[in-house]
Amino acid sequence: MAYAAGVDVGSTQTKAVIINEERQIVSRALIDTGANVVAAAENAYTEALLNSGLEEQQIEYVVGTGYGRYRVTFGNTQVTEISCHGRGAVHMFPNTQTVLDMGGQDTKAIRVNPAGEILDFCMNDKCAAGTGRFLGAAAAALEIPLGELGATALRAQKPVRISTTCTVFAESEVLSWLGKGKAIEDILLGVHQSIASRSIGLLRRVGIEQQLTFTGGVTRNLGMVHVLNESLGLQVNVSEDSHFMGAIGAALFALDFVLGSRVAVRVRESVA
Amino acid sequence: MSYTAGLDVGSTYTKAVILDDGDRIVGRGMVNTGFKLDQAAWRAFELALEQAGLTPEQVSYVVGTGYGRYQVPFRDVNVTDLTSAAHGARFLFPETRTVLDIGGQTMKAMRLDEQARVQSFRLNDKCAAGTGAFLEKTARYMGFPTEEIGPLVATSKEAVAISGVCAVFAESEVINHLSQGSAPADIMHGAMASLVDRSVQLMKRVRVEPQVTVAGGILRFQTMAAVVREKLAMEVNLPPEDMVQFVGAIGAAALGHRRLRKTRAPLPAAG
Repeated sequence: MAYAAGVDVGSTQTKAVIINEERQIVSRALIDTGANVVAAAENAYTEALLNSGLEEQQIEYVVGTGYGRYRVTFGNTQVTEISCHGRGAVHMFPNTQTVLDMGGQDTKAIRVNPAGEILDFCMNDKCAAGTGRFLGAAAAALEIPLGELGATALRAQKPVRISTTCTVFAESEVLSWLGKGKAIEDILLGVHQSIASRSIGLLRRVGIEQQLTFTGGVTRNLGMVHVLNESLGLQVNVSEDSHFMGAIGAALFALDFVLGSRVAVRVRESVA
Repeated sequence: MSYTAGLDVGSTYTKAVILDDGDRIVGRGMVNTGFKLDQAAWRAFELALEQAGLTPEQVSYVVGTGYGRYQVPFRDVNVTDLTSAAHGARFLFPETRTVLDIGGQTMKAMRLDEQARVQSFRLNDKCAAGTGAFLEKTARYMGFPTEEIGPLVATSKEAVAISGVCAVFAESEVINHLSQGSAPADIMHGAMASLVDRSVQLMKRVRVEPQVTVAGGILRFQTMAAVVREKLAMEVNLPPEDMVQFVGAIGAAALGHRRLRKTRAPLPAAG
């Protein structure tokens, strides 16, 4: 059995996934990226290896992706996170037409073909508005753990309308709404809606299709899934593994190299 | 003797100035704005009254300005932050034709005519990268409070290049520079340079005419004005010491006197 791995070094978290040649996920690992990006990649990969019970030599190919992909020093090659999210999303949800990847520092809208190849994409790369960081700022201002944001927002009665664009200003806006006596739930739902509306703006630029797959760290936030479903009027594809989609796509690319090189070897041998 | 007050309720600080009818500043007060804007306005007013040795009744006219101007319950009138900054700059430097005002959450560039009327202006109010919040965040990422920005930058030898596209993304940039061994002072200096680059772009769009006067809380860091001079390749007027934070309040109070003179002018003889 051949194995391949994908390591997705994101701005906030680093994900590693190992798959076998049947394209099944053998193990996963998730750690905070922190300041030492090289160490984060190594640690996530080591943890995935431990979880899989495999030896390092058994992994034939490693692909790095994410903003820190060039710091995956043990990686055999790098693939952009846009390609990896597209590939992973189509693998997990074969009908996928559009992908929305919401990460810690960026949000990307990607349109893919049935093979998981990128037709078009659009991202915010100069501004943190509409990214996971916006949620992080609200969580910090309201002193609520990130993991509880979504559930809290879903208890809202009357969402507050967040008017600021900038993440930095949103922090003060959240506090000023608190000062005006608004409920935390209502403020938070407003924050989720504001992020959703910005990402829908990005999606419109690549074209919104019925089969939309939601990927990236923010997929764990059920409040965001709910708000997206409501604002888009559809059910986005999302699973427990959506957070790992970039790493899954990277592992699939890695497996291509493994299987491709075997074909090449067989071709060479048959010629000889 | 008649007195007017200017109350400038900014996103970060609330400033009050009391002006007598001889154009002398007789009292000033400044408090953190916080989230109860009406209370902040009153406390700043009280501080200014105390310094002037006046009671609230002795102040004939109160003009509110700044983003929280509608939250000043004791005001007689409001003026926009643009108008007050224009008049404040003109009060301190009568030859002013261009004003750059950088506050905690906005950056404004404007060009004035002879009567201090705003001819053209540009704002940056949607993005923190062009405002004081950018410097505050950069300082905070390195563990420095806002008040230490000035002394810190004063020790800088050479500015580190900071892209300055987003105050949030600046965090990773700052961490990268720190890990590569750059000095916090040089990083802070770089953040100022990138902020000034943005303000120079804004000023070019209103067409800069001499004299240029700078105002706003961020200009209290001496290095800022020096960087503005350098990037504009022009002399700029810098209000002395912390007066730079009171330009809007001064302008509001000065407009109060103008309003008073108008309402008290003798009625035209019946014809």
